[in-house]
Amino acid sequence: MPVNILCCVKRVPMTGGRIVLTTDEQAIETRHLGFTISPHEECGVEEAVRLVEQHGGSSTVLTLGPAEAEEQLRDAMALGIDRAILLLADEEFDGQATARAIVEAIEAERAAGTEYDLIFFGNESADAGNYQVGIRVAHALGRPCATGLKGVAVADKSVRCEQEVPGGRDVYTLPLPAVVAVKEGLNLPRYPSVPGRMRAKRKPLETRTPARAGAGLEKVRLVVPESQGKQAQILGRGPEAGPAVVEILRQAGIL
Amino acid sequence: MSVLVLVEHAAGGPDDVSRQALTLARGYAEAAGGPVEAVLIGADAAAAAAGLGDLGVATAHVAVHDGLAAYAPQAWGRTLAELIERLAPAAVIAPGSERATEAMAHAAAIADLPLAANCIEAAPGDPATVTRLRWGGSLLEQARLHGAVKLLTVAPHAVEVQPAAAPGQATVSEFTPALHDADVVARVSERTHTDTGGGVSLADAKAVVTGGRGVGSAEGFAPIQALAAALGGAVGCSRAVTIAGWRPHTDQVGQTGTKIAPEIYIPCGVSGATQHMAGCKGAKRILAINTDPDAPIVANADYAVIGDLHEVVPAITAEIAKARGG
Ligand SMILES: Cc1cc2nc3c(=O)[nH]c(=O)nc-3n(C[C@H](O)[C@H](O)[C@H](O)COP(=O)(O)OP(=O)(O)OC[C@H]3O[C@@H](n4cnc5c(N)ncnc54)[C@H](O)[C@@H]3O)c2cc1C
Ligand SMILES: Nc1ncnc2c1ncn2[C@@H]1O[C@H](COP(=O)(O)O)[C@@H](O)[C@H]1O
Repeated sequence: MPVNILCCVKRVPMTGGRIVLTTDEQAIETRHLGFTISPHEECGVEEAVRLVEQHGGSSTVLTLGPAEAEEQLRDAMALGIDRAILLLADEEFDGQATARAIVEAIEAERAAGTEYDLIFFGNESADAGNYQVGIRVAHALGRPCATGLKGVAVADKSVRCEQEVPGGRDVYTLPLPAVVAVKEGLNLPRYPSVPGRMRAKRKPLETRTPARAGAGLEKVRLVVPESQGKQAQILGRGPEAGPAVVEILRQAGIL
Repeated sequence: MSVLVLVEHAAGGPDDVSRQALTLARGYAEAAGGPVEAVLIGADAAAAAAGLGDLGVATAHVAVHDGLAAYAPQAWGRTLAELIERLAPAAVIAPGSERATEAMAHAAAIADLPLAANCIEAAPGDPATVTRLRWGGSLLEQARLHGAVKLLTVAPHAVEVQPAAAPGQATVSEFTPALHDADVVARVSERTHTDTGGGVSLADAKAVVTGGRGVGSAEGFAPIQALAAALGGAVGCSRAVTIAGWRPHTDQVGQTGTKIAPEIYIPCGVSGATQHMAGCKGAKRILAINTDPDAPIVANADYAVIGDLHEVVPAITAEIAKARGG
């Protein structure tokens, strides 16, 4: 059975070793940073491409973000996603508003004849970590949802979902259509090929501008936590540091 | 108005993260001038419910229903949403465990209320004010939380558990939530067990030795494994290593990997990206081994050895053997 899949991803900065904020404390200073999506979402994209390779069907990637988020959509298409939807928003939406905008886009797709069997979310977004957008979308569409997944297999109009728990995995079997929120470790995403990147440039990208709703969770300011800023005590250079390290291990009660 | 706390229980008592959530909730309820109530799920919750007076709970609601026998996230959410409507609490506060977080997101979706995940501070008001974790704890956000009922989860291990100043006896009240068929479509139907090979798990290890991109190859992990074994600890890795395919993702420490809290953490050839540090903030001591004295990991460690890990790590393992022999 062919499957129609939608993947939701969020553009976030690659912060490196230290976070610097803009002077108004509303955002991360990104002038010198590259951008990416969460590793959880990367695994969702990879899984969608594999499922379509395996079962046939088609895949779509969607993001709500600034015009520059086209970069993340093209990246996903370079890995094999067929088409993209960009919901333009200059500012971050909270979880409720994000879900609402995504649901409206899915309903517009349905009106245009595209129905999704499976919708992939990351377990949580890399930056906001609201842990809710996928679940809210599932409720609005009246579909079952499982989260924290490290295994997703489609068979006979259902999806078998494996969730990592201490000591093992819990299994859920959901009838399609369904919503899944996945975690890194689900698979090992491929690297984009050069032809894949070339093809991605020509794949269709549709842009919409959702209405901005008021925020129920309203950001006041960001704060960088007090840096541990310990500046390490240097125990030595090279192998000569061995005895000093053993002394620290003794103090830690390990030896 | 009351503050309702979702309490997860194990072995007849609330688990650690639920005790942390109860501690934060008590402060919130005192400031709001109302009692703390609890909700527990499952027929086996009664024993845990009765003991909650020590943590300041006045009434403990125990939800009992066949549909709650196997874990079903939406059924938990429905149960919370029903209590939200019946009790009209000022706030619902849950621990930031995976299940409680998931249940709160379902409740928020059903009740159409905002939800603030992973709070470390919260003060009542309209709106309430919260401080919450972003980026797995590498960044904090101060926010206003709106809604007729304030829904929030408490970041694990961010609040120190305090007993109630005036412990009392909790009244236990059983109820049967009205679940819909759709609420139990997603439910755990089976559990598979993972064979850990008898080794110490990354999350519980007292010592963790992690290799980063600086290790250079899958084979390069042999000395890292030897040092971890000498310490009776576990091997970790960075995401650069996972995506290179040198180690499985189950070894990854960080925001999208495992969060660890060992006595000593030894990252070797790891630069110390914020997303990596988000996974090892709980370590008592960090001892970094890196060729670059200016790597961020050095600024975030207690101790450092500057040098090539391929020389330093075997030298430490040999020194341990010598110390043990002598
Ligand atoms: C949303 C998101 C989530 C992420 N989640 C995680 C996560 O969970 N865990 C994680 O680890 N990363 C995560 N990352 C990736 C993270 O940003 C970094 O890219 C990654 O941690 C870098 O890995 P590394 O330190 O091994 O490699 P590098 O940054 O390349 O650092 C290699 C280090 O090794 C040192 N070195 C080189 N050779 C030697 C030698 N011979 N001896 C000693 N030292 C040497 C170098 O000086 C350098 O400091 C995430 C990123 C994003 C955007
Ligand atoms: N702005 C966005 N655009 C598209 N998808 C999003 C956006 N924000 C969140 N999501 C999706 O919802 C998941 C959970 O996000 P959150 O609830 O913020 O933790 C993410 O991993 C994404 O899959």
